[in-house]
Amino acid sequence: MSFKDIAQIAGSAMSAQTVRMNTVASNLANAGTAGTEDSAYRARKPVFASVFNGAGARVQVLDVINSDEPLNARHEPGHPMADDDGMVFYSNVSPVEEMTDMMASSRAFSTSVEVLSRVNGMQQELLKMGQN
Amino acid sequence: MGLNLEQALGVHPAALKLRAERTKILASNLANDSTPGYQARDMDFRASLRDAMHGHTQGLNSESDRTLYRVSSRASQDGNTVELGVEQAEFAQNAVDFQTSLTFLNMKLKGLATAINGNS
Repeated sequence: MSFKDIAQIAGSAMSAQTVRMNTVASNLANAGTAGTEDSAYRARKPVFASVFNGAGARVQVLDVINSDEPLNARHEPGHPMADDDGMVFYSNVSPVEEMTDMMASSRAFSTSVEVLSRVNGMQQELLKMGQN
Repeated sequence: MGLNLEQALGVHPAALKLRAERTKILASNLANDSTPGYQARDMDFRASLRDAMHGHTQGLNSESDRTLYRVSSRASQDGNTVELGVEQAEFAQNAVDFQTSLTFLNMKLKGLATAINGNS
């Protein structure tokens, strides 16, 4: 029966959005982290892909990649993390981008919850078929 | 005089099953709202129901043959054609249609029960 598939589809979407929310939280937390050119924090981004199964399509998190946006380099010779040239590299997190990502992710999560509760209601009604 | 349950219940069992299948397709669209390259799909409900009614016994199982791609009014940069508002509206409408088919089915069953029990 397709109701079980729907629960799996909505569940996969919810876990994918949770991964996305995790990366957003991590990115925002590290928005001001300093480091050297190699060790500086780079924004992490999840990559989603759909897995088709008959008529339905689940969501899968293929990978979490590091953003290749340029790092925020600043000349701060007094900084403990400064390299030989006195450069400090701050993370390449864009807080505005992360905030919009967070809103989109939260909206998508709510949609999945709504789908689940709707389908739950449909299934409950189906169970009561012929009883009233 | 035998009772043909399939005939007595009419189009409603097939419609109910197709509504459930369509729920799955629409749930997939909503789930893949942020998957790059995902193309929103929907079911040709009229054709599927016609198949189910006109003896294509495999019609109910080959639902993927009747799934078509939705034409999106504006394409997004990442190739995703899911429009959240459209899909949510379709999903809600489909859930109500499912409820309607179920109600019709219940009415048919109640009618049969009355016919069996008599008007006592």
